Amino acid sequence: MGILTWTWILVGISFAIYIGIAIWARAGSSKEFYVAGGGVPPIMNGMATAADWMSAASFISLAGIVSFTGYDGSVYLMGWTGGYVLLALLLAPYLRKFGKFTVPDFIGDRYYSNTARVVAVIAALIVSFTYVAGQMRGVGIVFSRYLEVDINTGVYIGMAIVLFYAVLGGMKGITYTQVAQYCVLIFAFMVPAIFISIQMTGNPIPQLGFGSAGHDGVYLLDKLDGLQRELGFSEYTSGTKSMIDVFAITTALMVGTAGLPHVIVRFFTVPKVKDARVSAGWALLFIAILYTTVPAVAVFARTNLIETVSNTKYSELPQWFNNWEKTGLLKFDDKNGDGVVQYVANKKKNELKIDRDIMVLANPEIAKLPNWVVALVGAGGLAAALSTAAGLLLVIASSISHDLFKKIIKPDISEKGELVAARLSAFVAVCVAGYFGINPPGFVAAVVALAFGLAAASFFPAILLGIFDKRMNKEGAVSGMIVGLTLMFYYMAKYKLGWIGELPPSSEWWFGISPEGFGTVAMIVNFVVSIVVSRLTTAPPQKVQEIVEHIRIPSGAGEANGH
Amino acid sequence: MSNKNMKAYWKENLGYLAILLSIWFLVSYVFGILLVNQLNTIKIGGFKLGFWFAQQGSMYVFVILIFVYVKLMNRLDKKYGVDE
Repeated sequence: MGILTWTWILVGISFAIYIGIAIWARAGSSKEFYVAGGGVPPIMNGMATAADWMSAASFISLAGIVSFTGYDGSVYLMGWTGGYVLLALLLAPYLRKFGKFTVPDFIGDRYYSNTARVVAVIAALIVSFTYVAGQMRGVGIVFSRYLEVDINTGVYIGMAIVLFYAVLGGMKGITYTQVAQYCVLIFAFMVPAIFISIQMTGNPIPQLGFGSAGHDGVYLLDKLDGLQRELGFSEYTSGTKSMIDVFAITTALMVGTAGLPHVIVRFFTVPKVKDARVSAGWALLFIAILYTTVPAVAVFARTNLIETVSNTKYSELPQWFNNWEKTGLLKFDDKNGDGVVQYVANKKKNELKIDRDIMVLANPEIAKLPNWVVALVGAGGLAAALSTAAGLLLVIASSISHDLFKKIIKPDISEKGELVAARLSAFVAVCVAGYFGINPPGFVAAVVALAFGLAAASFFPAILLGIFDKRMNKEGAVSGMIVGLTLMFYYMAKYKLGWIGELPPSSEWWFGISPEGFGTVAMIVNFVVSIVVSRLTTAPPQKVQEIVEHIRIPSGAGEANGH
Repeated sequence: MSNKNMKAYWKENLGYLAILLSIWFLVSYVFGILLVNQLNTIKIGGFKLGFWFAQQGSMYVFVILIFVYVKLMNRLDKKYGVDE
């Protein structure tokens, strides 16, 4: 059977499973809609969190990024996993004990202020919308590459599926679909990785394989370092970024991860504080299975690619090269007219342009794996994109129906009315996300980095201080969040998006820190402003101080409770 | 729970956090970033050690840290009678 037939079969089966789960797990109450009724077993929550967290970017692009940047790519590996340690130790158990539905719920109650709540809602909406636009686009791209439909048609199909299970099932539907999606995506990622590891090193475990020797007896990493040097690239195992920038980006990603509302809210769905702690462990374990495989895939793919194409006659290149040339992901331009591919670091002499996404998408073909494996990667990419999109849409829906509507605009709304409002907001959110997926704003790639910076600059300090600093009051938290957000926006607008005058060169970055890493600086400023302002203003009321004491001990958590 | 017990529980919790987060910082920021060049002179199999910590080791340690934390906290909850 051909790749296309296999893809339709695998995608069809996986979609049927998602829809079946959605019908089985319909939400009957607002509590089921927001937090799946608070009864999700920790291991399942771990899997759902992992699927929620790992987006199309993790699945498709990450290995490519690491493959092209070598050591520098470590910032994503450490940043996007290390954040879970912060989440598990510093936030998740306490937020679960607090026992509400959303992050703005916590900020609004802990800081006894609707101003704080509104700032948190706005931040949650900005973070989630920037993120979800990229996901819907990702769904469209995967569809178009694997099922040979138009990108926009792909976005519509994705919208219809997400709409079905997010609107019908709410958090309950999303959680159980995400469990299924995790299984699909991890299987789809690991199968080609294991195949290739065996092919190249004889070791079936990719994590060990990429530190082993190839069939010629040379260690794979040494060989790759040598190939890179020969072609004029920097060594794979050493970086090109400055140490302070690597440090700052890693921190911004870690802290941003811990502050992302769609990740935090997953910990409201388990029954007990104990479960919140351990489900963060399961989540990271399930994430780490993919994330520790990524650097191995990156090394295999890069070595394979260089060895296959470098200094090879164009007419003798394998079939996959022509296939991917058609998609525009590979471009060969025979500058010196010798009919041979020169792939080198020198931009003037380099004749090959490679899109980084190809490292995962074309890898099974490059390694000559069977058609069903190639098709599996398509189903896995869709699972990754859909699961993240659904999680984000839920945050957007609950921010609107719960935090704005129920808590601020119309507090006397009935349970049934709130559920209708939640479904309507989910519907509107899917449509807006779909619109962005079809008409992507030019700055989508830039704003995903912004999402982490914003989460780091706003939520993380406000939540952390809310738990660990009893003296923190609304004046401190609100001014900290506003200053942090504004500073982050300013820096991104000036140094990343070029909205304020000419885009300055990297030599003008503050402390040599790139916009991707600036969330770290904005976070520190948030902490300083919060603490200074809070100490100059009155202490929070006795009742709030009691709330803080209450969330610090696990007993008596009961079920998540919105009223 | 009495006020004094509550304070003692919280203090022990903060102690655990300090130790676990120091290890978190050590394996990622120190071994994977600050001392990466020095550690890269040591090789284990085909891996340079600093590179290995940045792309493999730190992540394994992160997973272990969370499960150790869970174990420590469950024990602490029992000790102070605040488990569920």
